[in-house]
Amino acid sequence: MTTGVDLGHPQAQAIQSDEDVVRVRQLVRTVAVASKLSLVDQTKLVTAASELARNTLVYGGGGTAEVAAVDNGRRRGVRILFADDGPGIADLDLALTDGYTTGGGLGLGLSGARRLVDDFTIDTGPGRGTRITVTKWSR
Amino acid sequence: MERVPVLKIGDILLVSIQLDMSDQTAVQLQDDLAERIVSTGCHGVIIDITALDIVDSFVGRMLSTIASISKVLDAETVVVGMRPAVAITLVELGLSLNGIRTALNVERGMELIAAARPDEYDDGEGGDEDADDETTDTR
Ligand SMILES: Nc1ncnc2c1ncn2[C@@H]1O[C@H](COP(=O)(O)OP(=O)(O)O)[C@@H](O)[C@H]1O
Ligand SMILES: [Mg+2]
Repeated sequence: MTTGVDLGHPQAQAIQSDEDVVRVRQLVRTVAVASKLSLVDQTKLVTAASELARNTLVYGGGGTAEVAAVDNGRRRGVRILFADDGPGIADLDLALTDGYTTGGGLGLGLSGARRLVDDFTIDTGPGRGTRITVTKWSR
Repeated sequence: MERVPVLKIGDILLVSIQLDMSDQTAVQLQDDLAERIVSTGCHGVIIDITALDIVDSFVGRMLSTIASISKVLDAETVVVGMRPAVAITLVELGLSLNGIRTALNVERGMELIAAARPDEYDDGEGGDEDADDETTDTR
């Protein structure tokens, strides 16, 4: 699958507080609108971003989100990288199971976010922190 | 931290969420509502989410929790005004919103609450609330 080309500079948002999670949602919305995603796709992407930003804060101990408009030659889209230097995820399959949580949540953030986007890649491991990249393409 | 106002209208508490809530604000609203249900003796809660452009798992859980708490406190909660794109996204996220009653708008929500408690709202036997109407409200 093509990864696409960045259009301009990605915009970074630190994730260190509840309010930063709100800012990530707003930044993603702005870029999604500019990239002409449909209303439903904007809503799906912002929802996925909200879940992943919260995980970055709560489980990753804080980190960053980088939001970029991308173009793969055929379609425009939005790509977001969530990165933290937290404990990482030891059992990824388990973490991606609907309903699995170590923090008293609903356990739908990771699995749900994966369903809501077109591309979802994750690089994590014990002691390695977590980097999740998601992309949503215009239709 | 911003706070979501809770309005008392007759025997109903109306919450119209007008901002992109931080998680802390959402938890605060949950606590505020529980307290207001008890202090006012209201038997109905309407949460208007017309202005919300996403509902993620955190807010979804908050809505379910409010519905459960209000039930224990002898009040009905109805969530109104969910946008179509939000509903579509919730299903894909995997959130079932178990136990939450929904209605199209505030007016329908009030009808639902009235129907759930015919004693209080139909024949006004308690005598404190007599603004009953068979005619249609315009608003
Ligand atoms: N950035 C992260 N760093 C470490 N662990 C994580 C991270 N994101 C998710 N996890 C782990 O994956 C689990 C599932 O996450 P999620 O599906 O969002 O559910 P919830 O947030 O409700 O627990 C979390 O409970 C946590 O153990
Ligand atoms: Mg989560």
